[in-house]
Amino acid sequence: MSSFWSWWIIVLSVGNILACVWLVRWTTKPATDESAEGEITGHTWDNGELAEYNNPLPRWWLGLFYGTIFFSIAYLVAYPGLGKFEGLLGWTSTSQYEREVAKAEDTYGPIFAQYAKQPIAELIEDPEAVQIGRRLFVTYCSVCHGSDAGGASGFPNLTDNDWLYGSSPEQIKSSILNGRNGVMPPWGAALGEMGVENVVAYVLTLSERDASSEKAEAGKAQYDALCAACHMPDGTGSQALGAPNLTDNIWLYGGSPGAIAKTIRDGRQGVMPAHKEFLGEEKVHLLSAYIYGLSQK
Amino acid sequence: MMYDYKVVRQFAVMTVVWGIVGMAAGVFIAAQLVFPALNFDLPWLSYGRLRPLHTNAVIFAFGGCGLFATSYYVVQRTCQTRLFGGKLAAFTFWGWQLVILLAAISLPLGFTSGKEYAELEWPIDVLIAVVWVSYAVVFFGTIMKRKTPHIYVANWFFGAFILTVAVLHIVNSAQVPFSLFKSYSAYPGAIDAMVQWWYGHNAVGFFLTAGFLGIMYYFVPKQAGRPVYSYRLSIVHFWALISTYMWAGPHHLHYTALPDWTQSLGMLFSLILLAPSWGGMINGIMTLSGVWHKLRTDPILRFMIVSLSFYGMSTFEGPMMAIKTVNALSHYTDWTVGHVHSGALGWVAMVTIGAVYVLIPKLFGAEKMHSIKLIEVHFWIATVGIVLYIASMWVAGVMQGLMWRAVNADGTLTYSFVEGLKATYPYYAVRLLGGIFFLTGMLVMAYNVVMTIANGRKELIDQPSPAAA
Repeated sequence: MSSFWSWWIIVLSVGNILACVWLVRWTTKPATDESAEGEITGHTWDNGELAEYNNPLPRWWLGLFYGTIFFSIAYLVAYPGLGKFEGLLGWTSTSQYEREVAKAEDTYGPIFAQYAKQPIAELIEDPEAVQIGRRLFVTYCSVCHGSDAGGASGFPNLTDNDWLYGSSPEQIKSSILNGRNGVMPPWGAALGEMGVENVVAYVLTLSERDASSEKAEAGKAQYDALCAACHMPDGTGSQALGAPNLTDNIWLYGGSPGAIAKTIRDGRQGVMPAHKEFLGEEKVHLLSAYIYGLSQK
Repeated sequence: MMYDYKVVRQFAVMTVVWGIVGMAAGVFIAAQLVFPALNFDLPWLSYGRLRPLHTNAVIFAFGGCGLFATSYYVVQRTCQTRLFGGKLAAFTFWGWQLVILLAAISLPLGFTSGKEYAELEWPIDVLIAVVWVSYAVVFFGTIMKRKTPHIYVANWFFGAFILTVAVLHIVNSAQVPFSLFKSYSAYPGAIDAMVQWWYGHNAVGFFLTAGFLGIMYYFVPKQAGRPVYSYRLSIVHFWALISTYMWAGPHHLHYTALPDWTQSLGMLFSLILLAPSWGGMINGIMTLSGVWHKLRTDPILRFMIVSLSFYGMSTFEGPMMAIKTVNALSHYTDWTVGHVHSGALGWVAMVTIGAVYVLIPKLFGAEKMHSIKLIEVHFWIATVGIVLYIASMWVAGVMQGLMWRAVNADGTLTYSFVEGLKATYPYYAVRLLGGIFFLTGMLVMAYNVVMTIANGRKELIDQPSPAAA
């Protein structure tokens, strides 16, 4: 902030406060030509039906007014408020935040550091650790994955032991720490509407569902050419690529023929955000244990 | 000389109509929070679109029509002259109704500039500015040609309200049009937020406080038949109120990216605002000294005095909530909603209702309202409704604030967000009930108003006698 704006703020704000003080003092002083206290001022309106008493300002009210003004002046001396003047206490909201975070680190850090030393596979046997993991989950994850971790359309179910990026504790932890980007490219332009229908029919047969065998036959050739690279020729998918298994009848974006057609035609963009910076590795460790434990029952 | 009552009549009747519409919208969205299925999966019935419709309808349609009606009435009576500007006053009526109509169409369709209480898109903003400047011309023109030596205190407040709302609206609505239906704010980031809440809080301060203090300063002494308690107090609290309100906006942005010095000033000027705000309450309530007994028999006066009590309560609560440590608990909770409604229902609606009950018989030529008994009924339903509403939101808000900040021994949050929501559920039900009460009161009022108008006789309309003119 430049000195000009700093002084601009100081003059206007302090000026306004002082003007209030002056106003009160000026009003409490009786003017020479006015009526006595407690009398009518002599001004009337609306056919004489409206008038005003010249009553003094109530003392308790004056006390209240001066009280808030004194408090404000003291506060402005102690805390930032007057432009560039930082206040005698040197307080800032950033320093308060940093102090509180440091205090929380001191208090809670050792708890998480302790758990971070234990392997995830062991932590799932520790009810205390699982409880902490669950609390972290409902705070940070439940908005997308649901309070019961059952997922929703576009957000994987974490309880069914079907994993897009791998089921090992390390793979789960990596998903949370670094995030994932699941990209299904749109094939509508390449396949045409008929082609999309055929591939849908073939994909349905992969999980042994009913579909026109004629269309499925036609779709297979296109599947082999366009889809098999990620989803594998047998449709079992690839965890390295995050390409879903198409044979298990579990569907991230819905398993109806219409939903599958939409996925193939328009593609999908799945984003799991990275939490490394946000939560820190130790909390993610416990979170991973909770999620790993969900499918180990 | 005859006063121009036609425009006052039109605005007075529309106050009741828009009151019912706006409050019905409020009751509907309150019901959606209890029964989410009431969204009906239709975008234009979704909470996010109807909530701005509710706020705009009650503030600018109900409150706005009430302010137009009373200010046009008061300025003529206290200046002893007809409204200035001829047909311009009629233009403000039809222009304002058009604004309301456009809001009622565009908001459910999803057109919004995303600024709270200033959601309307830029073509409507332009229309508002034109209508508002016309309003200022009519009002100040009338003041200029007054036949009385002094300007009555109610007109100070109406004048401050009209001038400041013009400035607030024009500055905050500065935007770059992108198409006919979409625009982007002219201000970046934190500055945009600051301008928005400078506008937002002064909409409370000048639209919902100064304007309605204007109503209070005319109708309370008139109805009580007593002089205003203290001329000096009115001078101090007027100037202190309008100067300090200007600074209070940043308290809406505590603990955000707004610089610390701005937050401090916002908090302090909110605190200093307490005494000037209470000046109006003291002046209103003390005007009754000597005639307290009238409260027993006159439900209209009771509306006004209860409104002043709620005004005093919410202008105490506001500065308290502006203190940063209190705000850390109350912000983003339903406490804010309770606070707003103690002001909106308790103060703004109650004083408006009282004034409309005074106006209707005078404007339509009846001795008094059709049924005093029904005013009594309205008073009690409305009061019980407000108490249910704000008590439930206070409890819900404090509970939410405490639940959100509760932590376990390991530092994790004790409650997930949805647990807080679940705990709020019964309070949402009580709030809905309170809203239904208040709306029912408005329906009783509408019946009473219709019956009074139906029985009105032209020759009884309260115009100045030829001698007085």
